[in-house]
Amino acid sequence: MTWYPLIIRSFSKRSIQKILSINGSSTVDEIHKELGKIMWDYCGMSRTAQGLSDAREKIQAVKQQFWNDVKVLGTNDELNMSLEKAGRVADFIELGALMIEDALHRNESCGGHFREEYQTEEGEALRDDEHFAYVGAWEYQGEGNQEVQNKEQLQFENVKLSQRSYK
Amino acid sequence: MDFTLKIWRQKDAQSQGQFKTYQLTGIGADNSFMEMLDELNEHLIKNNEDPVHFDHDCREGICGTCSLYINGRPHGPQKAITTCQLHMRSFKDKDTITIEPWRAQTFPVIRDLVVDRSAFDRIIQSGGYISVNTGGVPDANETPITTSKANNAMDAASCIGCGACVAVCKNASAMLFVAAKISHLAQLPQGKVEAESRAESMVAQMDKEGFGLCTNTGACSVECPKEISLTHIARLNRQYYKAKQASDYIPDKEEIHEG
Repeated sequence: MTWYPLIIRSFSKRSIQKILSINGSSTVDEIHKELGKIMWDYCGMSRTAQGLSDAREKIQAVKQQFWNDVKVLGTNDELNMSLEKAGRVADFIELGALMIEDALHRNESCGGHFREEYQTEEGEALRDDEHFAYVGAWEYQGEGNQEVQNKEQLQFENVKLSQRSYK
Repeated sequence: MDFTLKIWRQKDAQSQGQFKTYQLTGIGADNSFMEMLDELNEHLIKNNEDPVHFDHDCREGICGTCSLYINGRPHGPQKAITTCQLHMRSFKDKDTITIEPWRAQTFPVIRDLVVDRSAFDRIIQSGGYISVNTGGVPDANETPITTSKANNAMDAASCIGCGACVAVCKNASAMLFVAAKISHLAQLPQGKVEAESRAESMVAQMDKEGFGLCTNTGACSVECPKEISLTHIARLNRQYYKAKQASDYIPDKEEIHEG
């Protein structure tokens, strides 16, 4: 465990060198906005399995675009706000992909996350407590590998799960 | 809208800076000033030129990160807003806009329009805090505070520490900033415990950082995005005199040892 920081440090160093060496044609802001549009359109308050599947493809394309065509000027030895931003957007791409993965596997509507396929006749969110009463924590499995979902069951001993009605 | 921008470019603290002129066309009137700079940077990056570095974070006027001297005024031509709340409709089409960093020796330029304001952090560290016991939330009516005191303290507390007061002051004095912090805490019972030592140590740190003296010109208050009043400086002076002239406060051995 103690050498984790070292791995992360060398990984970050490699990423920074890689980002600075690409010298493509897309600015960090352009890629950031494309990513934001995908998340907004397909992984917002209201989403569908079809939309999320499409978004999964689209986000991989954005990831490819970032790592093959990003344009970040300057060096790592000075204040370089483009580089700072690039590092963050690289993280956002990973996070966005994971959010889509998680949203896609959850076949229910819960709280503000409305899957259009799962709704009551009155158009309210339809939860599935039998299958999805857990919190998911995704575990990184190395570059290019599918993350593993660890589940923490939500067990209610004294209070029963119920549905709130605002009507 | 089209603009001619004269922007201060400086590679780092050691390098000599200079103004560079850029032409920017097709900017929407409802774009914020920072969106306009974002646009400029996109063009610069596409043309293999280093983007203009400027500080920004919340972009809604509460974090105190943005700065910029615009046409000779901190936070631009409008009253009581930060640079990030300024919009291009405040300018005329084809205007020339001059953009500089905060100018003060105590705020050295890091790059282009970004300056180092950590002197403010050190002033806060020297006394801009209160000692409270952590734990449960205290009862709402346990510590009565009159409405006028609460309002006045809140006015002082609205200081976001952007440094416009220092930048506009001919003496580069930080009095309005320090006064806002001291006045905020001195007026509330929670701040009374350290009131005297706070005034002494924050003023000492302010002097140590090299900020200039206050000559009551009042430019700071005029340009302050949160319209902090000069009366807080009067309260700071009172606190300071009280601490110096009539202090009950005797430093304990440890504090003397720390010097």
